[in-house]
Amino acid sequence: MYLLHIVACIKQVPDTKVIKMNPKTNTMDRSSAPAILNPYDAHAVEEAVRLKKRYGGTVSVVTMGPPPAVKAIKKCIEIGADEGYLITDRAFAGADTLATSYSLTKALEKIAKIKPIDLIICGKMTIDGDTGQVGPGIARRLDIPPLTSVNKIVEINKAQGYAVIHRKLEDGHEVIQSSLPCLFSVEKEINDIPYSPLPNVLKAARYKPVIWSVDDLGDVDRTLLGLKGSPTIVAKVWPPEKPKGGERIEGTATEQVDRILSILLERKELLGARGRQQ
Amino acid sequence: MNIEDYHGIWVFIEHRDDKIAPVSLELLGAGRKLADKRGVQLAGILIGENVRGLAQSVFQYGGDLVYLYDDPIFRQYRTESYMKAVIDCVEKYKPEVFLYGATSTGKDLASAVATDLATGLTADTTMLDVDVDTGLLEASRPAFGGNIMATILCKKHRPQMATVRPKVMKALPPDAGRSGLIIEETLSIKEEDLRTKVLEIVRETTKKVRLDEADIIVAGGKGLGGKNGFEMIHQFADLLGATVGASRDAVEAGWIDHAHQVGQTGVTVTPKIYFAVGISGAIQHLVGMQNSGLIIAINKDPDAAIFQACHYGIVGDAFEIVPMLMDAFEKAIHGEVQYGGKI
Repeated sequence: MYLLHIVACIKQVPDTKVIKMNPKTNTMDRSSAPAILNPYDAHAVEEAVRLKKRYGGTVSVVTMGPPPAVKAIKKCIEIGADEGYLITDRAFAGADTLATSYSLTKALEKIAKIKPIDLIICGKMTIDGDTGQVGPGIARRLDIPPLTSVNKIVEINKAQGYAVIHRKLEDGHEVIQSSLPCLFSVEKEINDIPYSPLPNVLKAARYKPVIWSVDDLGDVDRTLLGLKGSPTIVAKVWPPEKPKGGERIEGTATEQVDRILSILLERKELLGARGRQQ
Repeated sequence: MNIEDYHGIWVFIEHRDDKIAPVSLELLGAGRKLADKRGVQLAGILIGENVRGLAQSVFQYGGDLVYLYDDPIFRQYRTESYMKAVIDCVEKYKPEVFLYGATSTGKDLASAVATDLATGLTADTTMLDVDVDTGLLEASRPAFGGNIMATILCKKHRPQMATVRPKVMKALPPDAGRSGLIIEETLSIKEEDLRTKVLEIVRETTKKVRLDEADIIVAGGKGLGGKNGFEMIHQFADLLGATVGASRDAVEAGWIDHAHQVGQTGVTVTPKIYFAVGISGAIQHLVGMQNSGLIIAINKDPDAAIFQACHYGIVGDAFEIVPMLMDAFEKAIHGEVQYGGKI
C-alpha cells in the first residue's frame, strides 16, 4: 500500500467582498473585513482530503502569516486535514510572491523531513493578492513540475510515480501526465465543499498547529525573506477611477422601455443576426 | 546584476492553430508604445513547432525582432520546455521589460520564469507605462478585489515582468509593409528530460460561453432573487442574441455557472452593449465590464453604484421593465422584417 502525503498551501485573507473603503481617505478599512480562509484554498484542501479518502494517506496544510492565521488552519482541519503548520515571524512581513514562495518552500522542506511529500496542492490564487504566482514558484524552487489550472485529478499512482490530471484551457482542457512529486494549482470548480462532519469540527476546535519561526526553519537565507527578499514594491495605491455616471431614464415604465428600445434600435446592426432568425 | 545591460521590450507570443493569440497582438501594441518611449526595440519571443510563419504577423503588429525557437519538442506548451527556452533567451539577450498575456499559459510560464530568474512579476496588469529615463516599468493593476489600484515597480531586478489582462490593451492596425529580423535560436531539450507529457488536448465544441468575445451581454445579479428570476436573463439574452453574464453574487448563490461571471475574479468583458440587470455594481464587478461600449443598468435601488458606471440607468423593477422591453423589442424586430420584405 502506497500512502500519500499531500500538503496544501493555504492563506488567511481579508474577505475582499465585504471590505469597505473609507470614502474620506480612499483607503481600505481592513477592520471592516473578517479574516477568512482564502476561498480557493478551501478547494485545494478539499481535493487533498478527497485524494486521502481515495488512496489513503495524510493531509497537511501549511501557511505563512501572523499568529491569528491559526484560525485558517483550524478551518482546514474542519475540512479534513490532519496536520497544520504555521510559519510566523516578523522577518516574513512585506513578502511579495517571490519571497513568499521561498519562505513556504523552506517550510515544505522541513515538513518533508518529517514525512516525505508526494503532492502539493495550492488554490488557483488568493482573493487579496489575485496573482496565482506562489504555487508555480514553490514548484520551481523544489524542482518539481508545476501544473496550474488543474480542474480534475484523474489518477495518482504513487507505485509508478505519476499523476494524470486535466488542465483547464480557455476553450477546453488538456490531459497531462506528470511525474510525482509535483504541484497542482487547482480551479474552484474541481470540487464542491460539503459541510464539515461534526468530528472534524470538534477536532478543529481543540487543534493546535505546529508553529515555526525563521530560526526553526534552519538553513534560511534571510536576505530572501519578507520585504528584503521581494523584487517588487507597491509604489502607489489609489482608488479606481470613479465612473462619471450616465443618464437616468425617467418616466413611466412604458416611457423608459420606449427610450431603451430606441437606443437599442440605433444599434440594430448588432442585434440583426438574431432578428433574422426570428 | 547590472541593470544597464538590459535593453528592449519583449512580448511572449502565444499562438494556436497557426494564429497568434489576440492578447499577444494587444501586447505588441502596448509594447510598441513602451519601446518608442524608451527608444529601444520591441521583440516577440516565439516558441513552437513550425511557427516561423507567425513572425511576419509579429512584425506587422509592431515588433522589430523575433526570437524563434522552432522545434518538435515545443509542439505543445509545457512549462518545463518553454521556460527553458525563455530563460535561455533572457540570459543571452537581456530584455528590460518582458510582457505575457494573463492567460492560463502566460501566467503559468511567467510565474515559473520569474522564480528561476529571481525577478519581479506583476500579475494581471491593466495599465502599463515606463519612465523614460530610468526605464522603470510602472505596472498597475486592481488589487483587493478591485477595491484599489496599485502601481508595482521592480527597481533592482531585470527583466521587469508582468502578465497583462486580455482585452485591455489595444493592438495596432496591422501594417503589411512592416518587416523585421528573425533571430533563430536552438536549444537541445530531450524528451526524456521532461517530466510532463500532454496526453490529449480536448477542445470543447459544445456551446461554450465566450463572454470575452461577446458583442452583447445581458448580465444578472442578486436583485433577480433566485434561479427562477435569473431565467428571465436567459430569455432576454436569447431574444437579443446576447451572451449571459452574471455578478459574483449570482454565481455564488448557484443560479448560474462560474463561467458566466464578469469581474475581477471572473472574466473581463468589452461588449458593444452590456445590460446590468439587478446588479448593484460592486467594484469587483465594475472592473470587469467598465470598458463596455454601451452600459444599460436596471436596478430598484436608486443609490446602486451601477448607476455611476452606466451610460443609461433605469430605476425600476426589472421584473416589470425587462418583460415589457422584450415585448417591445420583439414587435420592433418583427416590424423590421415585414418592412424589409416589402422592399
